[in-house]
Amino acid sequence: MSVLVYTESEEGTFKKIAFEAVSYAKGIADMLGTSVTAISINGNNTDQLGKYGASKVLQVSNDQLQSFNASAYADTIAQAAKSEASPVVIISSSANSKYLAPLLAVNMEAGFVPNVTELPTSTSPFKISSTVFSNKAFATTEITTETKLIGLAKNAFGVLENETSIAIEDFAPSLSESDFNTKVSSVEKANDKVTIADADIVVSAGRGLKGPENWGMIEELAEILGAATACSKPVSDLGWRPHGEHVGQTGKPVSSNLYIAIGISGAIQHLAGVNSSKVKVVINNDPEAPFFKAADYGIVGDAFEFVPQLIEKLKEFKSNNA
Amino acid sequence: MKILVCISHVPDTTSRINFTEGNSKFDANGVQFVINPNDEFGLTRAMWFKEKQGATVHVINVGGPETEPTLRKALAIGADEAIRVNTPATDGFYVAKQLANVAKEGGYDLVIGGRESIDYNGGMVPGMIAKLTGANFVNMCVNIEVEGTNVTAAREIDGGNEIINTSLPLVVAGQKGIVEESDLRIPNMRGIMQARSKPLTVKEPIDTNIETKITGFSKPDSKGAVKLVDNIDELINLLHNEAKVI
Ligand SMILES: Cc1cc2nc3c(=O)[nH]c(=O)nc-3n(C[C@H](O)[C@H](O)[C@H](O)COP(=O)(O)OP(=O)(O)OC[C@H]3O[C@@H](n4cnc5c(N)ncnc54)[C@H](O)[C@@H]3O)c2cc1C
Ligand SMILES: Nc1ncnc2c1ncn2[C@@H]1O[C@H](COP(=O)(O)O)[C@@H](O)[C@H]1O
Repeated sequence: MSVLVYTESEEGTFKKIAFEAVSYAKGIADMLGTSVTAISINGNNTDQLGKYGASKVLQVSNDQLQSFNASAYADTIAQAAKSEASPVVIISSSANSKYLAPLLAVNMEAGFVPNVTELPTSTSPFKISSTVFSNKAFATTEITTETKLIGLAKNAFGVLENETSIAIEDFAPSLSESDFNTKVSSVEKANDKVTIADADIVVSAGRGLKGPENWGMIEELAEILGAATACSKPVSDLGWRPHGEHVGQTGKPVSSNLYIAIGISGAIQHLAGVNSSKVKVVINNDPEAPFFKAADYGIVGDAFEFVPQLIEKLKEFKSNNA
Repeated sequence: MKILVCISHVPDTTSRINFTEGNSKFDANGVQFVINPNDEFGLTRAMWFKEKQGATVHVINVGGPETEPTLRKALAIGADEAIRVNTPATDGFYVAKQLANVAKEGGYDLVIGGRESIDYNGGMVPGMIAKLTGANFVNMCVNIEVEGTNVTAAREIDGGNEIINTSLPLVVAGQKGIVEESDLRIPNMRGIMQARSKPLTVKEPIDTNIETKITGFSKPDSKGAVKLVDNIDELINLLHNEAKVI
């Protein structure tokens, strides 16, 4: 018996969320008095998972699973959970994990709680808290099934080191043809850009910037910080920025360490999608803008004055702290 | 083609969220309920299938009688029939089993749900229906075309889209992109009148396990006041030394 954690990788390299998921799994395993087994699908250097508390890795090396396939990945994880007799299975909240989660839950007949930010409040009965109502509230849920599936929110628990000696085993899932009934024929991806999902820092701007021609400074700021760029809904509706940048309740969720909102008023639907970011900075020339109530740090001032200053000073800061 | 659109009945996006009965229940007092935004995109796409490819469109909700105005609104937008499974929607898995049962019995080719409901944010119901009925599944669907039983769909991924080839029977979880906001329809008078005489069938739930149960709600601690600064040096200093995020 062990807690199973799905550790996501892209082109063989583990994502930061994989380390966070292992750290979290270790927390639950300690509560249950058991150990952590990680399952990796075509990840390289799996021994590094020991650093965060995994004592075993089930390593899948399979060419058919080279590109993500929700059904086949869910079957693989379910089979691993069965062979480990795992009472709890942990996944992340990436787009891929969200795709496979419901399939996996049905496959394992597991009660599923997504958007979890903390360790369970008790393990018998198994009770766990998660965010609901678009980050406006928390719910405590009791899971009554034998196997429990937990989706960990990003950046909520953190990456914790917990050096553990690790055993690596090969694991070969048995997959069926029907697992491949949905096929990816092509991918359109903006290369070399940090994605909102992966970013630790997100620089976001709203209608206060007046027009698309003023986004040069936003991109420059993002580049200095290694951040992703995002925008409010009206900005993408107006076509100033691509739809993929729209964040908020009806757009992409943001759960970064730092969220910088420039010329965004802070409407309830915007906040609902970005509120789970750790630290929020607002630059807005209206001291009454609702975003100030939700922010940690604020500058009441003109974006066209302060953003260029921020860029210059951050360049200095980066060269002094390199 | 027979299409079933899953409609979640949710508090309007501007709603203040409160709880009653010792923080065990959502307080619906004074709250305006709407069609879940992601489902409204899917419903509109279904209308296009109806108009361009002659599909029949049924809408379904799992919930109490209070959700019927939301289903009537979907009928007014143009759905042909509505179904309500008469049981409170408490657990996503339970809801999915109810929906899967109707989807199977009704022989639907395409089931359209939303990426997530804006109340419970489970993001689980459509995928579960797919697995329970043995249908294919596309999550975070931003485009779908059907020809015969062949399907071409697009899924939003981190930083882009991927194009997926699959086939009916299929479940998709839609979001903005499957149609645009400007494509959404406001019911007109004629639609509202017609909706009154369209069938709304109430079905009793099937008996099945409940996997999870919400035992209580809470609200986040109110935040400390914002720290206002008036120069950039101070801001950088705070972000570096206090918040430790740069
Ligand atoms: C069903 C529904 C769903 C929605 N979903 C979303 C969503 O997911 N995401 C989202 O973002 N919105 C969403 N909205 C829209 C939301 O209600 C707001 O309209 C929107 O967030 C406002 O965008 P904004 O802050 O960019 O623009 P505005 O509200 O126009 O705010 C612009 C801000 O810029 C400031 N400003 C102006 N000039 C300057 C300057 N020179 N320097 C600094 N600041 C300046 C102003 O003081 C103002 O606060 C939704 C609305 C509905 C009805
Ligand atoms: N009670 C319900 N009745 C009908 N459809 C639902 C219900 N709950 C969820 N759905 C569908 O499932 C989608 C995802 O919901 P959720 O898994 O709760 O995030 C929604 O957008 C709806 O399409």
